[in-house]
Amino acid sequence: MSTAATLDKPSSAPEGAKGTASPYITVTFRIRRFNPEVSDESTWQDFQVEIDPKERVLDGLHKIKWDMDGSLTFRRSCAHGICGSDAMRINGRNRLACKTLIKDLNPDKPITVEPIKGLTVLKDLVVDMEPFFQAYRDVMPFLITKGNEPTRERRQSAADRERFDDTTKCILCAACTSSCPVFWNDGQYFGPAAIVNAHRFIFDSRDEAGEQRLEILNDKDGVWRCRTTFNCTEACPRGIEITKAIQEVKRALITRRF
Amino acid sequence: MQIHKYDTVIVGAGGAGMRAAIEATKRSRTAVLTKLYPTRSHTGAAQGGMAAALANVEEDNWEWHTFDTVKGGDYLVDQDAAEILAKEAIDSVLDLEKMGLPFNRTPDGTIDQRRFGGHSRNHGEAPVRRSCYAADRTGHMILQTLYQNCVKEGVEFFNEFYVLDQLITEVDGVKKSAGVVAYELATGEIHIFQAKAVIYASGGCGKFFKVTSNAHTLTGDGQAAVYRRGLPLEDMEFFQFHPTGIWRMGILLTEGARGEGGILRNKDGERFMEKYAPVMKDLASRDVVSRSIYTEIREGRGCGPEGDHVYLDLTHLPPEQLDAKLPDITEFARTYLGIEPYTDPIPIQPTAHYAMGGIPTNVEGEVLADNTTVVPGLYAAGEVACVSVHGANRLGTNSLLDINVFGRRAGIAAAEYSAKADFVELPENPAELVVKQVEQLRESTGNERVAELRRELQETMDANVMVFRTEQTIKTAVEKIAELRARYKNVAIQDKGKRFNTDLLEAIELGNLLDLAEVMAVSALARKESRGGHYREDFPNRDDVNFMRHTMAYREVDADGSESIRLDYKPVVQTRYQPMERKY
Repeated sequence: MSTAATLDKPSSAPEGAKGTASPYITVTFRIRRFNPEVSDESTWQDFQVEIDPKERVLDGLHKIKWDMDGSLTFRRSCAHGICGSDAMRINGRNRLACKTLIKDLNPDKPITVEPIKGLTVLKDLVVDMEPFFQAYRDVMPFLITKGNEPTRERRQSAADRERFDDTTKCILCAACTSSCPVFWNDGQYFGPAAIVNAHRFIFDSRDEAGEQRLEILNDKDGVWRCRTTFNCTEACPRGIEITKAIQEVKRALITRRF
Repeated sequence: MQIHKYDTVIVGAGGAGMRAAIEATKRSRTAVLTKLYPTRSHTGAAQGGMAAALANVEEDNWEWHTFDTVKGGDYLVDQDAAEILAKEAIDSVLDLEKMGLPFNRTPDGTIDQRRFGGHSRNHGEAPVRRSCYAADRTGHMILQTLYQNCVKEGVEFFNEFYVLDQLITEVDGVKKSAGVVAYELATGEIHIFQAKAVIYASGGCGKFFKVTSNAHTLTGDGQAAVYRRGLPLEDMEFFQFHPTGIWRMGILLTEGARGEGGILRNKDGERFMEKYAPVMKDLASRDVVSRSIYTEIREGRGCGPEGDHVYLDLTHLPPEQLDAKLPDITEFARTYLGIEPYTDPIPIQPTAHYAMGGIPTNVEGEVLADNTTVVPGLYAAGEVACVSVHGANRLGTNSLLDINVFGRRAGIAAAEYSAKADFVELPENPAELVVKQVEQLRESTGNERVAELRRELQETMDANVMVFRTEQTIKTAVEKIAELRARYKNVAIQDKGKRFNTDLLEAIELGNLLDLAEVMAVSALARKESRGGHYREDFPNRDDVNFMRHTMAYREVDADGSESIRLDYKPVVQTRYQPMERKY
């Protein structure tokens, strides 16, 4: 099925472009569509989109939704890689649609867009995030301390703060977890994102529940399921060294030092 | 249709909503309704920091902070509220640290602080280091920390529930909040939430501008819901344009970049802020810096072939400092502009950023039905509200502060209220308005498209009610908005389904934006002076005699069904500080 572009002019043409050669090119977006109100089957649908290669995949999806087919459904909010709403499988790789520029894909070939894998698809690119957030909640993702609270802030050296900096960057977009082959095959596995968020507390010098969190991750569905394929690290739009973080948790389980 | 009953219902799960939820859940049976998953909220996009006079790195105190807030707001700030904000800032930051927030640290291990626009030592002598921060992702850390603590406290969330109507019942001549009506995005079902107390914490409305730092989802839903029920909106003409948005895209580049030593330059490489703000220079308040940028552009000193932007220059800062203190914004420049900030200046332009106005509240977060009367059971906090601690222009780092101080206060006040109050009876047929609205949109066969109307709205707002305004431009906007509102009645959507109908959602959001844009333009037209973020070229001076007062806009519906806006005014609370000329 193919829908012809009906745009008279591009929806968000930058004003600065006037008087110069048009930067716009025509790109095929090949999107995995699924609407259970219509059919139990998912199908591919092509859209021809006029777009500036400097624009984002999200801009392309918006052009389709706003000017061609209002029923195309996806989540998005901030549009610059902070809110974590729009993780998708773009050209077979998990990325944020708002952080992927057209010019960084091959515009001569169709750009394929699918929902992330391993979570139930609800409609088009929207998946059920509940199992993902449940795994997150299961690792007790909050600071646990004992004794009386100090009147001022807890002290923490810059080096101790640096120790867990990388894993504080997580935006819970699920790009990592839904790129993990273990997670695809077995939804019981906590998945990389939950382990990243456990790491963030295990290695925080202020936290006093590292042992408890390690025991949770020592479970049969915990860190030992990781096969170190590095898919998660490659998928992370925040550049978190996820596989390294998982290895650090495994090591802490063996040495009980963290 | 499902009917739910909770003591306290919170609308929105950004910083203010979750800070309120942590307090309310401990004290009452609480539900949080949010149109996004909580961690998607736009609090997470805030970068630079949260102001508090901790005095960890240099002398500071809350009185200086109060003064800066009042001066920054061009004296339209209610000074009693600003004093609470500055005083409670200190505990607010310490609370977040105890909840786990990973602030950057000083060599002593205390919370590190840096400079930010408009924050000064001793009433304007020199910049002061008051912003508590976590690299350039302070908002992200706040949002994550609050969500983590909501998980810890077992806060009950209704994710992707979109509140479309505020229910009000008159009891013995007093209008009371009875609950809200929500639309469940996953199923298309309508839910009634009967609640003793309702807190709006649903954020801003910046999407009526085209170049904006705001998320697609910031469409003023909370403001519109109460406004349509006859409650006023305060100071809607005051909107902040952040000086440093990425050119054309509007993505925020934190003021912290200038706090770390970044400099604004025109096409001649001149540090032009020295001319406009000799003491604070690049760290003058945002309204001043944004006007200065546009003055440079208008006078032909803008950069690029079109001369339509200026540069944020970070090239003199050591790469290690950029990596440690500004990792996210330097990455934005690389990702979206293909620019290496170590070696090249970043093209920027002012970007629509923050609504100073909103639902009027007192300092306990109670919503006002007029200048003095409280609506029992109704609360608001954060950008949706107007306390007013930001007056005519908000200082950077005071919004992350606002959501924590007043989110907490509203959460406590609402839960304490619901502990002693009874449920208010629901109005007859409570879902009527929402059912009608949803059915009309789903069944419409009109020929207007949501995206087209929104584009035209955003273009007229950018062209006519941005940094510089005149009677002529504002009138142009008012007329255009009226036209768009008429055409909106004829809007149709393509997705007629029930599940995840974001086509329908965007149509409803556009209706909210149109209502609020009209309030903004009409309020701006009547304010014939220049103050803070509202700059009238035809009235370039502040006029304290006629306009030292808050605007209160009410929706009026005549017997024949025609709508209009009635403007009234509310006095500004002044305590310590007499208005002075504002210089940086």
